[in-house]
Amino acid sequence: MTHLHLSIALDGAGWHPAAWREPGARPGDLFTAGYWVDLARSAERGLVDLITIEDSFGLQSSDVRGPDGRNDRVRGRLDAVQIAARVAPATRHVGLVPTALVTHTEPFHLAKAIATLDYVSHGRAGVRAQISPRAVDSDLVGRRYIPEFDRTGPITGETAELLDELFTEAWDYVEVLRRLWDSWEDDAEIRDAATGRFIDRNRLHAIDFTGDFFSVKGPSITPRPPQGQPLVTALAHAAPDLRELPIRFAAGQADLVWLTPHDRAQAQGLVEAVHLARQQSAAGSAPVHTFADLVVFLDRPGESGADRKERLDTLDGHEYRSDARVFTGSAAELADLLVDWQQAGITGFRLRPGVLPDDLDLIVEALTPELQARGRLRGPDGANTLRGLLGLPRPENRYATTRQGVNV
Amino acid sequence: MSTDRPRKQIHLAAHFPGVNNTTVWSDPRSGSHIEFDSFVRFARIAERAKFDFLFLAEGLRLREQGGQIYDLDVVGRPDTFTVLAALAGVTERLGLTGTINSTFNEPYEVARQFATLDHLSDGRAAWNVVTSWDAFTGENFRRGGFLPQERRYERARAFLDAATQLFDSWDGVRVEPDRAAGRFLAGLDERDAAPTPGAFAVRDDDFDIEGHFNVPTSPQGRPVIFQAGDSDAGREFAAASADAIFSMHGTLAAGQAFYADVKGRLARYGRRPEDLLVLPAATFVLGDTAEQAHEQAALIRRQQVSGATAIAFAEQLWNRDLSGYDPDGPLPDVDPDPGEHTISRGRASVRHFRDRIAVAAQWRELAAAKGLSLREVVIEVTARQTFVGTAQSVADDIDRYVQADASDGFILVPHITPDGLADFADTVVPILQERGVFRTEYTGTTLRDHLGLTRPTPGSRRPARFGRVAS
Repeated sequence: MTHLHLSIALDGAGWHPAAWREPGARPGDLFTAGYWVDLARSAERGLVDLITIEDSFGLQSSDVRGPDGRNDRVRGRLDAVQIAARVAPATRHVGLVPTALVTHTEPFHLAKAIATLDYVSHGRAGVRAQISPRAVDSDLVGRRYIPEFDRTGPITGETAELLDELFTEAWDYVEVLRRLWDSWEDDAEIRDAATGRFIDRNRLHAIDFTGDFFSVKGPSITPRPPQGQPLVTALAHAAPDLRELPIRFAAGQADLVWLTPHDRAQAQGLVEAVHLARQQSAAGSAPVHTFADLVVFLDRPGESGADRKERLDTLDGHEYRSDARVFTGSAAELADLLVDWQQAGITGFRLRPGVLPDDLDLIVEALTPELQARGRLRGPDGANTLRGLLGLPRPENRYATTRQGVNV
Repeated sequence: MSTDRPRKQIHLAAHFPGVNNTTVWSDPRSGSHIEFDSFVRFARIAERAKFDFLFLAEGLRLREQGGQIYDLDVVGRPDTFTVLAALAGVTERLGLTGTINSTFNEPYEVARQFATLDHLSDGRAAWNVVTSWDAFTGENFRRGGFLPQERRYERARAFLDAATQLFDSWDGVRVEPDRAAGRFLAGLDERDAAPTPGAFAVRDDDFDIEGHFNVPTSPQGRPVIFQAGDSDAGREFAAASADAIFSMHGTLAAGQAFYADVKGRLARYGRRPEDLLVLPAATFVLGDTAEQAHEQAALIRRQQVSGATAIAFAEQLWNRDLSGYDPDGPLPDVDPDPGEHTISRGRASVRHFRDRIAVAAQWRELAAAKGLSLREVVIEVTARQTFVGTAQSVADDIDRYVQADASDGFILVPHITPDGLADFADTVVPILQERGVFRTEYTGTTLRDHLGLTRPTPGSRRPARFGRVAS
């Protein structure tokens, strides 16, 4: 039986906006290292292959145009790459995949940050590349202006062009990350005392990337990381208005695509769409993981997941909805769903706990043993790297291959 | 030394060995400059010795000479924020200082990163603000070489001003979740129809940004601010805005002159002498006897300046290809090329040769007087170790410098990674502790505590004041 992969999406006090008000939540600890270390260690105990950490430049808001003035929800967050780095020495196996905003950051800086995350975690780093189409975010950085646009109607004209631009830029950005990670060959550091050379500079490569939005010379200042290429992930929303832009970007540039199907048929359709878009891209037949996102509220003794969610909805004043399917029920029922979707081509799942740490603890204590009992989960002795856990090979260095080609 | 004032407490910091020829990578004890385990070992030695902080330098493009990547020194380094955040997990008290450029970054992102580091380390973050302008480094970044050299401190000042406004933007607002009342933050202005933390707006020649910062006030309020430039503009920038200055003055007299100069500038900004610490970089060599230490120091200098390094260093002065010369032979018979400097890129030191012909003449005099080869001349003229001797004499020297107001302490630069600080920690530090001039235990938890710096008052000491005073 094929194993399925588990991952956990960490965000604040959990994905329900009122999660912080639960007795088990730790809202006063959200800005402390200990909170994130505890969550990462729990996930690791649950044989989770990787955790993701959400991020954004702007303050959280229910209104994409700017702050909503609500003080009954979590506000404020820490830089996700540093949270991942901070938990790295406190964990041994779990993959660490922070979100990074590509629209307003420097690919050169992010390439070395994720390469370094790979060093400090001994080969467990990845990144989720995310765009920001929000005017309010562009005002924070000031390097470029992104206009506010009408989100109520169909996307046309200038807005369509803008979204095209943002996804094209994201594509270029990931291309630069990948080239910079390869810009040092693995054996570039030679420490040759006889000639006094620390490196063989023929094994370092300018990347000479030139695109419509930026150019980057290279090489990186950081040597090639342990995994060669840390894991690149992207969320592919299946929004008709976005004209397949997210799925084309994710399928073409990522090693792992997050999907948001609401049923098995959608799951199957999305997986097929990813593979088709992959085939049509330069990535071709390179392996790609298709993970489904689910928000989960699990049953616990004395209270069902559905009741827990309803109680929080009442506190918040709104029924919680999500881009992903919202699951309420028992660990056994969730295991049924995961196995069912796995048969539709989904290779793994990213569970977004409705409440932290409550739903994460329930996943670890109930879902993990349930999946193990069904033979669907790996044992505790997994591979040593994130790529290894996901069954992905360590990629060849594009520049080394070229050089060998020239030599032959 | 004044007798009517208490002895000053010494501050000590550990500079992770860097990308320059101080670092001897050819030594068999030399470990990786990239692997995290090297940083862990280095940081733990510094923390065991109760050092104030660890220091990481910056370099955003690999250095080149003669159009090729310079390969004779250590090459490559990891990302600063990522290493420091990870080190926060394996240390408890040691301050974590990162050098971050104000030219090839934007204030919102950098303020988020330092505020995050300060949270994740429980108040141990410090920012060494540096400037650069060269188009060579700019080729790795979105904006390229956009900043004229003469504007670099203006941008640095505006950058720090913007970041300071961001650090202060949650003033009075606290994360004190009240579940029953449904209030996540305390201290918001309840009269506001839509109470929102973190409001800021910056409009000047360099930045046009506004919105709401999304990181709550960090444990230190703001990270400790370092400044590292030695120019007049750099000193004034430090006097107006920095908590500590990272300088490079080797002799006692030069240190005292620098110290008096920068401390003398503080009053104009309403600051006290103790509000700005002077912390020069220092190298050291220890031996069981003075003679042994000096022999060891000479050996290290030969390791630091190999024949190839000597030729490369001479090329930086001559501004010519000297690869045909023998390092063990005489100095080149041609004169330096006085034109635009083209041979070396990505290093700051070449600017120091202001009159190349004159410096070459001094080298020739030295060679003739002492009968030195090219390599021996380079060994003579490149930086000597600051403190050479027995543990006792080095402790004496350090204490003398500090008590004589040549510095408030030192940022030590060992020549071996990662254990180059161990002897100092084990032998010099106990002598300083015994003498009562260096802490035996950390008495506070934050880097501001270690350095004796007060927590800044939000809204205070904005670098913008520098502009008003100077005009």
